[in-house]
Amino acid sequence: MEFALHKLPLVVLLIPMFSFLVLSFFGKKLPRGGDWFGTTLLFINLGFSVFILYSLTQLGKYELNVEWFNLGENKILGLQTFYAGFQIDALTGVMLVVVNAISAFVHLFSVKYMENDTKYTRYFAFLGLFTFSMLGLILGNSIVLMYVFWELVGVSSYLLIGFWYEKPAPQEAAKKAFIVNRVGDAGFLLGILIIFLTIGSFTFNGIFEGVEAGKLSGGMLTAAGILLFCGAVGKSAQFPLHVWLPDAMEGPTPVSALIHAATMVAAGVYLVARVFVMLSADALTVITYIGVITAFISATIAITQNDIKKVLAYSTISQLGYMIMAIGVGAYSFGFFHLVTHAFFKACLFLTAGSVIYGMHHVQDIREMGGLRKKMPITFYTFLMATLAISGVPLTSGFLSKDSILAATLAFGSINGGFNYIVPILAFLIAGMTAFYMFRLLILTFLGEPKNKEKYDHCHESPKQMTIPLMILAALSFFGVFSFNPFDASGGWFLKLVKMPEHLLAGTSGLFYHILPLEEYMEHIHHAHMTAMVLSLVISGLGILTAFTFYYWKKVDVEKLTESIKPLYNFSLNKWYFDELYDIIAIKSTMGLSRMSAWFDGKVVDGAVNGAASVTRSFSKFNGLFDNIVVDGLVNLTGGMVGAFGLIFRKFQTGKIQTYIAFLVFGILVMYFIFRVL
Amino acid sequence: MIEFKLLGIGILTWMVFLPVIGMIAVLFVPKSAEKSIKYIAVGFTSLLLVLAAVMLSVYDPAKAGINSVAGFQFVEKMTWIDVPAFLWDGRLKVEYFMGVDGISFPMVLLTALISLIGAIASFSVKRNEKGYYVMYLFLVTGMMGVFVSLDLFLFFVFWEIMLLPMYFLIGIWGGERREYAAIKFFLYTLFGSAFLLLVMIGLFFSSKDPETGLHTFNMITLMDPKTFAPDSLFGILNQTWRLLAFAGLFVGFAIKVPAFPFHTWLPDAHVEAPTAISVILAGVLLKMGTYGLLRISYSIFPDGARYFMYPIAIIACINIIYGALCAMAQKDFKKLIAYSSISHMGYVLLGMASNTTIGINGAILQMFNHGTITAILFLSVGVIYDRAHTRGLYDFGGLANKMPKYFSVLIIAMFASIGLPGLSAFISETFIFLGAFQNQFIRVVAIISVLGIILNAAYILWTIQRIFFGNLPEKWNDLKDINARELISTVPLIIIVIFLGIFPSYMLNLMTASVNQLVNFIWGIN
Repeated sequence: MEFALHKLPLVVLLIPMFSFLVLSFFGKKLPRGGDWFGTTLLFINLGFSVFILYSLTQLGKYELNVEWFNLGENKILGLQTFYAGFQIDALTGVMLVVVNAISAFVHLFSVKYMENDTKYTRYFAFLGLFTFSMLGLILGNSIVLMYVFWELVGVSSYLLIGFWYEKPAPQEAAKKAFIVNRVGDAGFLLGILIIFLTIGSFTFNGIFEGVEAGKLSGGMLTAAGILLFCGAVGKSAQFPLHVWLPDAMEGPTPVSALIHAATMVAAGVYLVARVFVMLSADALTVITYIGVITAFISATIAITQNDIKKVLAYSTISQLGYMIMAIGVGAYSFGFFHLVTHAFFKACLFLTAGSVIYGMHHVQDIREMGGLRKKMPITFYTFLMATLAISGVPLTSGFLSKDSILAATLAFGSINGGFNYIVPILAFLIAGMTAFYMFRLLILTFLGEPKNKEKYDHCHESPKQMTIPLMILAALSFFGVFSFNPFDASGGWFLKLVKMPEHLLAGTSGLFYHILPLEEYMEHIHHAHMTAMVLSLVISGLGILTAFTFYYWKKVDVEKLTESIKPLYNFSLNKWYFDELYDIIAIKSTMGLSRMSAWFDGKVVDGAVNGAASVTRSFSKFNGLFDNIVVDGLVNLTGGMVGAFGLIFRKFQTGKIQTYIAFLVFGILVMYFIFRVL
Repeated sequence: MIEFKLLGIGILTWMVFLPVIGMIAVLFVPKSAEKSIKYIAVGFTSLLLVLAAVMLSVYDPAKAGINSVAGFQFVEKMTWIDVPAFLWDGRLKVEYFMGVDGISFPMVLLTALISLIGAIASFSVKRNEKGYYVMYLFLVTGMMGVFVSLDLFLFFVFWEIMLLPMYFLIGIWGGERREYAAIKFFLYTLFGSAFLLLVMIGLFFSSKDPETGLHTFNMITLMDPKTFAPDSLFGILNQTWRLLAFAGLFVGFAIKVPAFPFHTWLPDAHVEAPTAISVILAGVLLKMGTYGLLRISYSIFPDGARYFMYPIAIIACINIIYGALCAMAQKDFKKLIAYSSISHMGYVLLGMASNTTIGINGAILQMFNHGTITAILFLSVGVIYDRAHTRGLYDFGGLANKMPKYFSVLIIAMFASIGLPGLSAFISETFIFLGAFQNQFIRVVAIISVLGIILNAAYILWTIQRIFFGNLPEKWNDLKDINARELISTVPLIIIVIFLGIFPSYMLNLMTASVNQLVNFIWGIN
């Protein structure tokens, strides 16, 4: 039993790969393009994952490690062996269920949504590839393995964003996503290099032991932490690398739900949670502030967007920033808790958006919608449930997780003091903004009068294959899934399973940050809890109320308001001009540099080679001329002179022996006189 | 020592001269019987691969080689040239001395593999097939000989032999500017050979075999410091001369790698060469440069390897970044791949510059991986060029739907070339970075070189976009998908790329013992 159980995660990992391979090679020959095949496998996988999570609560965590390769016996380093394996602990157990559940629902949803697409089979194959990579990322017990699957999810994401590659926008978006992620991954890789250099181990346990033993400490530890976090900045679309995620909405909407809302983008948060215990105080400071800045920037952008998916995309970035911030301030369990609750309600939001887009025949602009509640009741109520959750209204899962994060930010302020209070202030502000823009979205889409009568008339509720996943996901946004107590999750199964770990560097301080021992830290959070809850209720209530005042009751003229703050409005509408900025500093300059290099290569480097060749050639030409004129000329001159003399002397050569004798005698006489005189 | 003979002749001799037998066979076939000529060539190169597989099955990975004859395998040694009274200085003895160890064996495997792939890919050559295959088989002999020679003189002979058929293959069967490219290639390599020859002669005259007291070309003897009297030209007292010799050899080999600034022959040669020759060029020939560095420069002048660590690392970094930037600006698909080769060979140099076990393991692995991956890329360029007669990146678009199989093949190769995990180059590139990170200075170079992986991704993805995505221009409406022959030449390579990406140990185990030995030798650890 135990043996089989320990191998089960491998099965769970390989099932989606199997789906990918079968669909890639034989998919077109299967009935219905093999959609049922991938979907069934995923639901089976979900069953296995739930079983693994259950067994985890019974048996505790375990790890399986095998030798991947070695570098042989070295006289100094000894036998260098690299291991690969997986681990099952609270983080993995929960993530397995989340990923498989959402993947399974997205598979089911896509059956109708992607119907009639020419690349239907390929779509399901790619979903399998993505799920495989994502599960590998979760299961891997070493940082290198994590990096491996990290890149693979990047590729699946690339393939799925660019799924409709006939159109220019998805191509560009896919490329952008991959390259922006590569920038973060380059940092991630450098972090891994530092870890290998100092600790010499890649497994998480090995790394933690190394940090505990002080092999990696001080500035290097901070550098390693920040560099690893760079990977998370890319994948979880944190400032300043957040620009790829909104564009990634060019992919099919179910893909956005699976990859760009619930699972892959949460991988960065997962990474930070995974290595949380070794992050130095300074690294945690950076993480906290990046998280809160991201959450704030994207919330301000989400307020003005008009594309239903763009609003959700920016809200995803904002919520991811929230999670990152939560782990940054030390609330490991709460950040991870929010990851899980967010995964369900955000997947629900995206799939409902998909349902709306499907029902409205590919309209995505909310200014064209309105009044859809009557046409699409199931979609509306599920959307409402998820919106309540993301806004942090009581009785939802989102309330539980968000509330604990807010408490943690308050605790962060009280522990570190000073300007660090900006973090809780911004966090509360963002909570209010979230409630506002989500209800703005809800009101403009589902309530009020239809703005495009014709589209509205043709609109219809989506079929069962789509609404059933919606209802399940909406149900999963209910507080009872995680805790009996609707106001405090700490007694629920989730927070009992995912406990706050004792930080390896507890008791140390950075420039502006103290890492407290666990007990003391929990004390602070406990103190902040009540304040946080009340404040968050008031603030999200205010946000919702404002949204209704603006867009439902229309007590305030929104047009006029935007007109009066036009520059600010444009700044938000244009996403703070990040794309334009990067276009200049990254794309244009790289392209310029590249053209310059090519010019240099052709003209200067190769020019030198060709120059050397032509110099040699002209030298040899000169040499040839010299040879012809001077050397050969001399030879010819000699010859000519000899000839000329010959001509003269020929006269003497008469052929008569008497003449010769006469000359001979004459010559002898001449010689005689010469010698006599001398 | 593993004795392995067929018909009384050592297996390495078979490996080297089997193509010559094939060449003679081709010479006897009438010119018009093109099919038989092709099959003979494929037959002989397949035999080569079979022999390589046999070698693989008996190869003992525990033996290190490098500077001990006993560590070499499949050794063959006999006297080749013996002039008893050579000049005023004793006796000239050249040995026919061959053997493989963990550095050369992966290259032997690669050569056998790529030769067969190249022979299949050569089917698209449509004029004077007889002459082509004669030259092709002769080329294979030259390449194989370089990787198995353990005598400097023999090495040099094969090194030059390889040059001649290459010159004709590019110069006759190449594209429009073939003559320019062929001459450039020939002269450039010859220029490098001059340095090689100088150092070789210097080594010969300053050496004294401790056992026989004679001058020697034996590489392994030359690795032994006792071979050089302290006051001889390359003796321990003449440090400057030793370093100069290392630098000279470096120039000779750097031209082949090719390392900046000696690389400009490569894009021209690639663009003009027929597909199969590009495959050979990128797949095997470039590795002769880095192999020569490891086998000769690093092993005979380990002091030079230590002394020139930083300059080599800097050149490597230039190769990586500059090659990638140049690749990005190309409009010709083949030229782009050629520049990407320059970038990727930079990684090999970076790994070697680190002088660490993991770095050099990575370098050799990268040599093999780059050989397979770039071969697929050049084959793929050939596929599209054969159909469309253009390689302009802006001439295409939308081929993903038109040629789905081709798309799958090429996209895997392209992702492999940008170092995607799960595919072979990831392991080697990561090893190289891990190695480079061990040294304080090279660490900085490595951090800069990491930029290369971003640039690589950028130009490769851009290429994918330009060729495959978007709408199909109307003129390509009757483009056919990749055919069976082309699949036969690419799919095995893809399988290898995926396999080595997941199970790198199958290749690593062949070389780790030798690499450890080499690194110990370089640092003087015994």
